[in-house]
Amino acid sequence: MGEEVVLFGTRGSPYTCRIEIALKLKGVQYKYIDEDLANKSPSLLKYNPVHKKVPVLVHNGKPVLESLVILEYIDETWQGYPILPEDPYERATARFWAKFIDEKCFPAIFKSCWGEEKEREKAVEEVSVVLKILEDELKEKKFFGGENVGLVDIVAVVIGFSLGVYEEAARVELLNKEKLPRLCNWIDDFLSNSFIKESLPPRDKLIAYLRNRFRSGNASK
Amino acid sequence: MAHEVVLLDFWPSMFGMRVRVALAEKGIKYEYKEEDLRNKSPLLLKMNPIHKKIPVLIHNGKPVCESLVIVQYIDEVWKDKNPFLPSDPYHKAHSRFWADFIEQKVYDTARKIWATKGEEQEVAKKEFIETFKILEGELGEKPFFGGETFGFVDIALITFYSWFYTYETFGNFSIEAECPKIIAWAKRCMQKESVANSLPDQKKIYEFTVWMKKYFGMD
Repeated sequence: MGEEVVLFGTRGSPYTCRIEIALKLKGVQYKYIDEDLANKSPSLLKYNPVHKKVPVLVHNGKPVLESLVILEYIDETWQGYPILPEDPYERATARFWAKFIDEKCFPAIFKSCWGEEKEREKAVEEVSVVLKILEDELKEKKFFGGENVGLVDIVAVVIGFSLGVYEEAARVELLNKEKLPRLCNWIDDFLSNSFIKESLPPRDKLIAYLRNRFRSGNASK
Repeated sequence: MAHEVVLLDFWPSMFGMRVRVALAEKGIKYEYKEEDLRNKSPLLLKMNPIHKKIPVLIHNGKPVCESLVIVQYIDEVWKDKNPFLPSDPYHKAHSRFWADFIEQKVYDTARKIWATKGEEQEVAKKEFIETFKILEGELGEKPFFGGETFGFVDIALITFYSWFYTYETFGNFSIEAECPKIIAWAKRCMQKESVANSLPDQKKIYEFTVWMKKYFGMD
């Protein structure tokens, strides 16, 4: 077909991971280029001069930036598996929750594990609040997208995968199984999806990397 | 079906203004409900329990929250008139990227210009100008960010124009001197009825900010 799809990312980043999940769900063949963020490649800087960040999807030489923008682009470009629903109200709802996860959940999760000592306790409380909100939003659904994985589930890799990894690496407990039974079931279903499994970085390697990178913040634990 | 579209809003909010512009662009009749943010209505708390913020669009009783999510929703429901986004996925992604850039870069910095003093204010001014210079670069020679027609990125950015007099007065600088193309673009947008009727007068915003600073003891 002469189509070229390249993904610039970093292994271990949930933002990169979500793009790989989407591409795999759509059955798109792509080339993955791992970036060393301490030493960004000229290609990355050429494709994303404004933010100089990953992930960047380059489709037939043209770059698409920002993970949520990329996810919608993938959905609109390749047919087959629907990432977003068709109905405008359901689409708006999906976009709302994707934004909620990115703006409220992930920063709190990250701070509670790797933030400065004085910020961590407050962040842990915040995590408990936002996870409960997600628990309530799940209701009786198997996935946030309904019967199948959708946009919100893909974005929620930060909860499906990163949360558990961070908990283990930082030795912090964030997921209360008694208070969040639906979310815990969702995590199990999420991790059982074969396309998702294929997109996740090796867990032990990531834990070792995180401990090494942020260890100075946890010397007392 | 007079009130099937309701907007919960707060008149100086540049986020609420985006929705007003979007509704006007599509020619949608709606009921505007002004919220007192110090005393939020039960309706607002019911329709946006998570963030408790405006704007909220209520369409046939169902709430849509977050201004750019609402603007996209309006574009997708009333799709036959004045589309905000291009139909081609790549150009659509390009527009969404720049709307996201505006979301990330403008509000917090702009707020610091009127809300802070001294070094913090100077840093904010510098960042503000840098951000708008980048936006000037993206605009280039096009009449609108959307190209020949007013679109999603224009809607995302133009509402900040109502606050420019406030930023310039508190920050003691001229945005036009630094970014003339942005001002030319803004004036072009203001020639559209949908924009002119949706943005409050710049001086009113300034008076509001002066009052707000006093009320919250920010002077």
